[in-house]
Amino acid sequence: MSAPAKGFDEKARGEFARIGTTRVRRGELLRHPVYTRFLHWSVAIFFILSLATGFAIYSPWLFRWIAPLFGGGARTRALHPWFGLVFEVFFLFQFINWVTPMLWTSADRRWLKRLKQYATNEDRLESEEVGFFNGGQKLYFWAIVLSGLLFLITGLLIWFDNVVERWIVAISYVVHDLSGLLMLAGFIIHIYEGTAHQPGTFRSMMSGTVTDRWAWTHHPAWYRAVTGRDPREAYEREKRRQAERERAMKSWEREQDSRELPDDRVP
Amino acid sequence: MANPRTFQIQEISAHPGPVPGQGTRREEEVCKYIDVTTCIGCKACEVACVEWNDHPFRETTFDDTYQTMPSTEWNYWNLIRFAEDERDGNLMWLMRKDQCMHCEDPGCLRACPADGAIIKYENGIVDFQQENCIGCGYCISGCPFDIPKFNEKTKKVYKCTLCSDRVGQGLEPACIKACPTGCLHFGTKSDMVQIASSRAKQLREQSGFANAGVYDPASIKGTHVIYVLHDIKSPERYGLPANPIIPPSYTVWKWLAKPTGLAMAILGIGAVFFHSVFYGPKLPQPEPPEIETGPREEIDAGRKEAP
Repeated sequence: MSAPAKGFDEKARGEFARIGTTRVRRGELLRHPVYTRFLHWSVAIFFILSLATGFAIYSPWLFRWIAPLFGGGARTRALHPWFGLVFEVFFLFQFINWVTPMLWTSADRRWLKRLKQYATNEDRLESEEVGFFNGGQKLYFWAIVLSGLLFLITGLLIWFDNVVERWIVAISYVVHDLSGLLMLAGFIIHIYEGTAHQPGTFRSMMSGTVTDRWAWTHHPAWYRAVTGRDPREAYEREKRRQAERERAMKSWEREQDSRELPDDRVP
Repeated sequence: MANPRTFQIQEISAHPGPVPGQGTRREEEVCKYIDVTTCIGCKACEVACVEWNDHPFRETTFDDTYQTMPSTEWNYWNLIRFAEDERDGNLMWLMRKDQCMHCEDPGCLRACPADGAIIKYENGIVDFQQENCIGCGYCISGCPFDIPKFNEKTKKVYKCTLCSDRVGQGLEPACIKACPTGCLHFGTKSDMVQIASSRAKQLREQSGFANAGVYDPASIKGTHVIYVLHDIKSPERYGLPANPIIPPSYTVWKWLAKPTGLAMAILGIGAVFFHSVFYGPKLPQPEPPEIETGPREEIDAGRKEAP
């Protein structure tokens, strides 16, 4: 990445950190600073708006359902390219913000090989080489980069169809839809992973923090990098601590029971 | 209005002798037939079109030809195209009235994503309903004849209506009424095809145009505007495509791939939902230990009753 882009990104992070705050409490780690969160949600909002307006035009079955939400078909059509353009602009900044941790490594290739174990929850702990982002997140990121580029190019061709050859417009229209489907597939998985499938993830984009447990479970290499501690050792220690707590609780309960028993037997 | 075809009497009870109307069939499909060989390029049809449709006078473009402007416009639906061609070493001045062809399989309609913005009547007229038009311009790229035109101000697309308002009242289109040479005809599709065919035969046999023929392209299942051309082998000389087609992206993609894509999206949402039902969440580790005694299914919610 070019130096001015990096410089801008760092400056923006600093500015946003001054405006907004991220409270990191004991047992938590800072995952996403304010600037990253702002970019993510700006991209998300305009993605959803583009998706909704686009799907109205995409499918005759959805047209009557979605178009009224945006003030009718004509307005839906008028808004869609602008929603898309704003999405592209925000995503460009997000790209600059995230491209470094998103670079593909051999660890991600190995992550992909264990996709089945990942998806069926067989691997309860992620492999120790999984860093800030795992292979799946990186795939989704690069899928957005690809479809974002396709969206931009084909979208402009469809938008300015009066200056473009007819057959180019016809092809653009199909490619535009295909990028939409690619993005939608990733989007569905993304929302699921970020909410229901991995509790504790959604808050990282809202308040910016995650728990230590979450970090050593899902991103061990990142945990090691930010805390300097071994993720597996931390996990084992927590497990021992949990077992100890359980034992202590049980003995306390037994003690309570034995103390209460005589009272119960009073006729 | 009752459809006259529905009320054509075919049988009458206890009626002696033949039934009036028996065996008759009202043909609904209309057609405009343009004989380019007798067109003199007077542009009366252009004026009639502008007048009937109440279009304002618009700027013309002079480009060293007689043509009013390079192509039809959103408020100029009828245009005589002038082409200078050659025949046996002599100049041949071709004049063709250009307007919407009212295709039997309309590319504009196939491409349109807005419910009810383009309709085709039973009589074959393809009409734009501007109140439903969303101005996406897909019809423009779907049309093989480059007819629909965008109005930047209203953000709607317009084209020739074949004077559907006049035809609905039993009148012929305005251009037909204005033609002084009789090169424009209007009637049922079969009648027009018949007249056009006999005119083409006459040209072939008596006027020395061996390749004269009727332009009614089968690639879009025929049109409701047909031409008689001096040379049917090369319609490109008149600015007409020899084999007009709708881009497959508007036919295959829209009617096959789009529903498939939609189904996949719905299945995708269903898949993640049932993934959650089957596998549950992935909790930060260590999570509370699982119960380790007995077969799990039986423990589950005590579903199995004691014998």
